[in-house]
Amino acid sequence: MEGIKILIVDDEPNIVLSLDYLVRKKGFTPFIARNGSEALAIAEKEKPNLVVLDIMMPDIDGYEVCKQIKANLSLEHTKIIFLSAKSRQEDIDKGLAMGADQYVTKPFSTKQIMQEIINLLNQ
Amino acid sequence: MTIGLIAIVLIAYLAMLFFVAYRIDNSTRLRLRLINSPTIYALSLAVYCTAWTFFGSVGAASKYDLEFLTIYIGPIIIAPFLWVIYRKFIRIAKAQGISSMADFIANRYDKSITVNRLVTVLLFVGIVPYIALQITGIERAIETLLTWNNAQSTTYINHFDIALIVTIGLGAFIVMFTTHRFQNKEQNTGLIGAVAVESIVKLLVFLIFGIYVTYFIFNGQSDLYSSIPENALTINKNNDYGQWFGMILLSMMAFLFLPRQFEMGIVEISQERQLKRAIWVFPLYLVLINLFVIPIAIAGNQLFEGKGIDGDTYMLAIPLLFNNTWMAALVLLGGFSAASGMIIVSTHALSKMVSNSILMPVFINRAFILNRFKERNHKIPVFFRRISIFVVLISAYFYYRFVVADFSLISIGLISFVAVAQFAPAIIGGVYWKLGNKKGAIAGISVGFAIWLILLIIPSLFSSDFQQIYQYLGVKNSQYDEGALITTVLFWSLTLNALTYILISIFTRQSILERNQAMIYVDIFKYSEQIDSTVVWKGKAFFPDVRSLLVRFLGENRTQAELSSFAKRQEIDLENQQELDPRIINFSERLLSGIVGASSAKILVSSVVKEEKLSMQDVVNILEESQKLITLNKQLQQKTDELKRVTDALKIANEKMKETDLLKDEFLYTVTHEMRTPLTSIKALSELLEDEDDDMPEEVKKEFLQTILKETNRMTRLISQVLDLENFESGKHQLVIERVDIKQLIADCLKSLDGVFQQEQIVVSTEIDESIPDLEIDYDRIVQVFLNILSNAAKYCEKGNGKVSVVARQTTSDVIIEISDNGPGVKEDMQEIIFEKFFQAKNQTMRKPKGSGLGLAISKKIIQLHEGKIGVHSGTPKGSVFTFSLPKPKNFI
Repeated sequence: MEGIKILIVDDEPNIVLSLDYLVRKKGFTPFIARNGSEALAIAEKEKPNLVVLDIMMPDIDGYEVCKQIKANLSLEHTKIIFLSAKSRQEDIDKGLAMGADQYVTKPFSTKQIMQEIINLLNQ
Repeated sequence: MTIGLIAIVLIAYLAMLFFVAYRIDNSTRLRLRLINSPTIYALSLAVYCTAWTFFGSVGAASKYDLEFLTIYIGPIIIAPFLWVIYRKFIRIAKAQGISSMADFIANRYDKSITVNRLVTVLLFVGIVPYIALQITGIERAIETLLTWNNAQSTTYINHFDIALIVTIGLGAFIVMFTTHRFQNKEQNTGLIGAVAVESIVKLLVFLIFGIYVTYFIFNGQSDLYSSIPENALTINKNNDYGQWFGMILLSMMAFLFLPRQFEMGIVEISQERQLKRAIWVFPLYLVLINLFVIPIAIAGNQLFEGKGIDGDTYMLAIPLLFNNTWMAALVLLGGFSAASGMIIVSTHALSKMVSNSILMPVFINRAFILNRFKERNHKIPVFFRRISIFVVLISAYFYYRFVVADFSLISIGLISFVAVAQFAPAIIGGVYWKLGNKKGAIAGISVGFAIWLILLIIPSLFSSDFQQIYQYLGVKNSQYDEGALITTVLFWSLTLNALTYILISIFTRQSILERNQAMIYVDIFKYSEQIDSTVVWKGKAFFPDVRSLLVRFLGENRTQAELSSFAKRQEIDLENQQELDPRIINFSERLLSGIVGASSAKILVSSVVKEEKLSMQDVVNILEESQKLITLNKQLQQKTDELKRVTDALKIANEKMKETDLLKDEFLYTVTHEMRTPLTSIKALSELLEDEDDDMPEEVKKEFLQTILKETNRMTRLISQVLDLENFESGKHQLVIERVDIKQLIADCLKSLDGVFQQEQIVVSTEIDESIPDLEIDYDRIVQVFLNILSNAAKYCEKGNGKVSVVARQTTSDVIIEISDNGPGVKEDMQEIIFEKFFQAKNQTMRKPKGSGLGLAISKKIIQLHEGKIGVHSGTPKGSVFTFSLPKPKNFI
């Protein structure tokens, strides 16, 4: 399990706090980004296996980040899970249409999100 | 002069007239030229000049009284206005298919058969004496010729009733003239031609004779005028201008309303433009025919001084005195042409009315008679017309024989003039006044005629002495004076007639048909183009019925020709007439009207249509309904427009509401969304804590628990802020305004945050204008704004080296507060968004920094409620400056 990189993107520190703990406990290596541009920079550099991506952020929003990661050939194996408070079906459909592999709404269950992460990594 | 010569002259003259008429009737080219000729039309109007003009004028002038000239002045004055008055009459007559004066009046007043009969009877009574007068004129002329220096000739007079012979002769002539082809709708061209010829003959004879007397017997006009005393000739003998103008008025009305003038001027005209020449040719004619009246009168007075010869016979006596037989024969010819012209046209016009208004309706109303003579129906109008001619002439003859003897030529003419003047109110009112109605017309005409009968006719019948009545009425001259009597009776009869007509018309109602007709008459120039197409007709009629009705009275050929040309003009398909086109019914009635008169035509047409009497009423109802429909349509249009406006307004309101709804939805969504953030942390952290076995470090546990508590507080704050904001927006939060010292308020706020500043090592500086007056504000709310901005400043300013400054200054109208910090500042594109609730609805992924909550949105709301402004800009060199204004109380400005 060592060496699996998970990028956590959220501008809310307390949400990052729980995710960071969750990922570490499972033995993955977490990377933290507070906004869209940070996320893209880290993704480019670290080539994470999976990104947990918030949608609403002050600068570049999650949709745009998703689109750019999916367009980046060097990141073709990177899975993306949207983790957003936007819970309407149209928001979910839009997120999946952007090329995300999974969409989980806030507030989330820690067990559920970890299950989704593991499922995606096993593919 | 012998009776043989006289007979030859008269018979030859009539033969000549007949030949002229015959030629005209049998040559289409000639006929078209004649009926369209304006000169011929103008000459036909000269039927106005009768034996009265020819013999009577000289008689009147021989008394050096020129009042007779008023008879010509009236028409001369009115001639220029014919283009206005006549043209309207003509347009109405043509549009309504009117062939007589009685029809003209009756059609206006409810198409009333009663009015038609009344007019006919009264015209008969009024005009028959006038015809008798002409017979008298001819008889007296012949008698003068026969008896002059020839005593034995009186035996002829005793053996032969010359007047009767003349009457019968003329009657035969009129029958041949006016009834042999009157089935044709087109103008009676033969009659027009004959009247024109007669007008030329009487004028030429008068002029020739005038020249003969003035220049051959005497030495010119000056010779004659010098022989009479100066100022002997006066046109206004009694120096009574009322009488003089009365006579002019009388002759104007006579010219307009005499049946023979109506016949020639209105019924027989073919084009309105013919009027234009009549306007000057006709007055010229009147001037010419009067040119030698006075010279001849003076000559007669000189030649027959003291011989007791009546002035009326000067025209014949002068040539006889000089034994100029040919000249005498010529004068007889002129006089005869003047008299016969009048007799022919008057009898023609009167007999048409008697036949159409009285005889035909009686016949037509009896269907069994109508059906019995079915094959000969078309001959019936001719038959009745002939009977009527006979009745008119015989009546005139009897009037002549038993009544006329005592009167001068002029007075009977004037009596007739007064009679026809009684139709003036009904006709003029009918054509220019829409309210005039049937009852008014009948009453007015009756009153006028009653007065006429009592004051002018009864005295003439019984020769009683009416002097006292006349004097009572204001006839100045106690001596019998024609002019004064005539104008007085005219005044009273016409005034009462008109008053009765007007008053009754005002106080009684018109029928619907009558109102419709009134509209057509008064506004004829508006309707004449479209009378056929505007008539809407309800009820059932079948083309074969209507057609066979027309065939019965018009004959097969003419029916076919008329119908097909009408159908072509109006674009009606005759082959396909199940429900008959209303225009054809209307047209058929007009066609028949030309032959059997308006009343009979109405009866005939209604006999073949299904809803007999109702049908005409329906026509009008439908007309009115269609007018109502137009009004209704207009109203509907207005309603539609209104509705559209309302709909548009509703649409806008709806969109606004939708937008508001959307905003509300969006707000709710974003509120719950904003709640999710702390909730997410709480849930996740709690789950982790729960799942965790003992290997979770204590400090991590503590951190998680503290975070959970913080997020819980955040949620609580958020909820109260949402409620606060909602209360401000819905108006539940009202400001509690009081006088507040803003300087003190700032000090209080800084003091309450003192602990925070000290803990964060923030340096607070203030710059307060001490002269700022007290403000009228809600203390607690403004404190809320200050605390919100100041705590934000404390939160975001540079850590460890924080600087916050508060500036309070004033302008003339406002107090300005600036709170700055030395933190990272607010990005330019966020400077507006941070005052919004959560984020902008239309740009949902763009959001303000998380956790900033609703504080600034509430602050903005509070400042807005104080009528101030709030904003943020970047500070120098860094940081942000929040600025808001509060207005000074009004009495400080």
